[in-house]
Amino acid sequence: MTAVLRAQGLGKKYGRRWALSDCDLEVPPGRVVGLVGPNGAGKSTFLNLAVGMLAPSAGEIEVLGTRPTGRRAQRAKVGFVGQDTPTYAALSVADHLRLGAHLNPGWDAALADDRVDRLGLDPRQRAGRLSGGQRAQLALTLGIAKRPELLLLDEPVASLDPLARREFLQDLMGAVADQQLSVVLSSHLVSDVERACDYLVVLVDSRVQVAGDIENLLATHHRLTGPRRDPAKLPAEQLVVSESHTDRQSTFLVRTDAPILDPAWEVSQLGLEDLVLAYMGRSAEQRNPSRSRPTLEALR
Amino acid sequence: MIWLTWRQLRGSAAVVLGALALAVLALAVTGPQLADILRVSGTDFFDRLGTDGTKKAVFYLGTAAAYAVPAVVGAFWGAPLVAREVEAGTHRLVWNQSITRTRWLATKLGLAGLGAVVAGSIGLVVTWWCHPLDEAVGRGYTDNGPFSVPRLWPELFGSRGIVPIGMTVLALAVGVTVGLLVRRTVAAMAVTLAVVVAVQIATPVLVQSHLLAPERLTTTITATNLRGIQMAGEPGAADPRIGRVEVAVDQPGAWVTQNRTVDPDGKVVEFLPAWAEDCAPAPGTSPDTAVACFTRLAEEGYRQQVEYLPASRFWALQWMETGVLLGLALGLVGFCFWRIRRDLT
Repeated sequence: MTAVLRAQGLGKKYGRRWALSDCDLEVPPGRVVGLVGPNGAGKSTFLNLAVGMLAPSAGEIEVLGTRPTGRRAQRAKVGFVGQDTPTYAALSVADHLRLGAHLNPGWDAALADDRVDRLGLDPRQRAGRLSGGQRAQLALTLGIAKRPELLLLDEPVASLDPLARREFLQDLMGAVADQQLSVVLSSHLVSDVERACDYLVVLVDSRVQVAGDIENLLATHHRLTGPRRDPAKLPAEQLVVSESHTDRQSTFLVRTDAPILDPAWEVSQLGLEDLVLAYMGRSAEQRNPSRSRPTLEALR
Repeated sequence: MIWLTWRQLRGSAAVVLGALALAVLALAVTGPQLADILRVSGTDFFDRLGTDGTKKAVFYLGTAAAYAVPAVVGAFWGAPLVAREVEAGTHRLVWNQSITRTRWLATKLGLAGLGAVVAGSIGLVVTWWCHPLDEAVGRGYTDNGPFSVPRLWPELFGSRGIVPIGMTVLALAVGVTVGLLVRRTVAAMAVTLAVVVAVQIATPVLVQSHLLAPERLTTTITATNLRGIQMAGEPGAADPRIGRVEVAVDQPGAWVTQNRTVDPDGKVVEFLPAWAEDCAPAPGTSPDTAVACFTRLAEEGYRQQVEYLPASRFWALQWMETGVLLGLALGLVGFCFWRIRRDLT
């Protein structure tokens, strides 16, 4: 299976500042991928590179096997819903569908009409008068009805209230199931990803900390609590993600495929949020110990 | 894409073209009357017109419209064309449909450009309306009012013929370019307005006289061809100086670009020799009282050098100036296409 999205040494510089540097990533097809990271981690930059809104300053990125050059054939295969789900305020819902039909050779008018109908959007309503959630749904409709193979969504629910957020994601899941498309969804909220995605990529300071199937990640990460111990003495196959120590006790967060056999440890499972937080905290400490930990907003 | 562009542009297009349609209506109704007056009148043509307030109002309206169109099109069509999309983020929506940015921009520019050509054609309507005036000027009729100003003169030239088309297209290109660089609609509109007005002022002042080689005429100053003379210094001062002599060319409707006095060595002189102060015609008197003065100037070798464009070069200059404006517009459009293909988030 070839990756729908592949980055190698990918970097993007704005002036002197690197917004994304040395990013390696592969996204398998047929997945709903959650791209998670704190604000400023480079998620938006990465997605904009993937749709060709930006050109890389370093490295390479391939989307569906080719570079995102902005060619028409490539455009038709990749859908993108930008940050804050932009729509034309002065155009009506029906105008937006017409726009989609005019600009996309593979436009699925039945799908679009059906969606608008089901979502209860009034076709004559101007997009500027829609609620944030409805606008996001309209932008998503445009993204889906062009029938892309890969749909990229840049923080599509960031500005929505919790209810609209859930509805949007549920609806997205439905569309994914119907159409067999691959989705990459960026968010700074783990709860969004937990609800919608089956594959996780954690991006911190423009580097991929961990990437993998969510079920698999949860199954292979463990929290070990026991008497104080030097991390160097742990078995080699146990990768330490984070550690904390008191005078007598050590707590490790390890990743391993093998079962934990040492009876000294009290082993507990992790939630996705703990897992993501561990990876985010890790990178900040490793690179710049004086810096405060990146915060992750939790939404419950 | 044409549909979308039209959908976005139609509001501002309707306002501008609607206002222009009213101006064209006013011109169309009064234009034939002007030709009728010319038909029945002789040298008193401008005197007859001088009393007609409506014609004067329409004349000013048409001229003002032709000058206002570029600024309005640049600010209200050009500047928001890209800036509004980038400001609202909708470029992210439209560029991710199955369409290239190049085609997106080409369609927008094409449609708006077509509109700019239509709007700029107001200059042709004004030219049609004014043709009895221009014909009268060509016959040598004259007065001191605005109607008898030759159309080659800088203050009118930019409102006639095809120059307004060139200026409007350039203004559109300026607006789009500024919008792409500034990326904020209101700021882009303000900058565009300033730039377009500056270009409209600079073109007649700095460019227009350099486009075509003028005719040259060297003549003696005579009582009959003298058109003006200036006395420098306080009136009644001990040492007034005579300068800025201007002579008329026998070319109705010509645009005189240079009118200067040279001494026997061919050097340009700012003032006539000192003796001329005593014999020059006093202010308010006819040049005929100073024939001796002119004779002596001619004998000592003083000549008047005049450079001018004859009225017959009007359309040649129109094409030339329009070509320059369109060339500039093309350059800006090229820049826009280059810029649009680069990073824009």
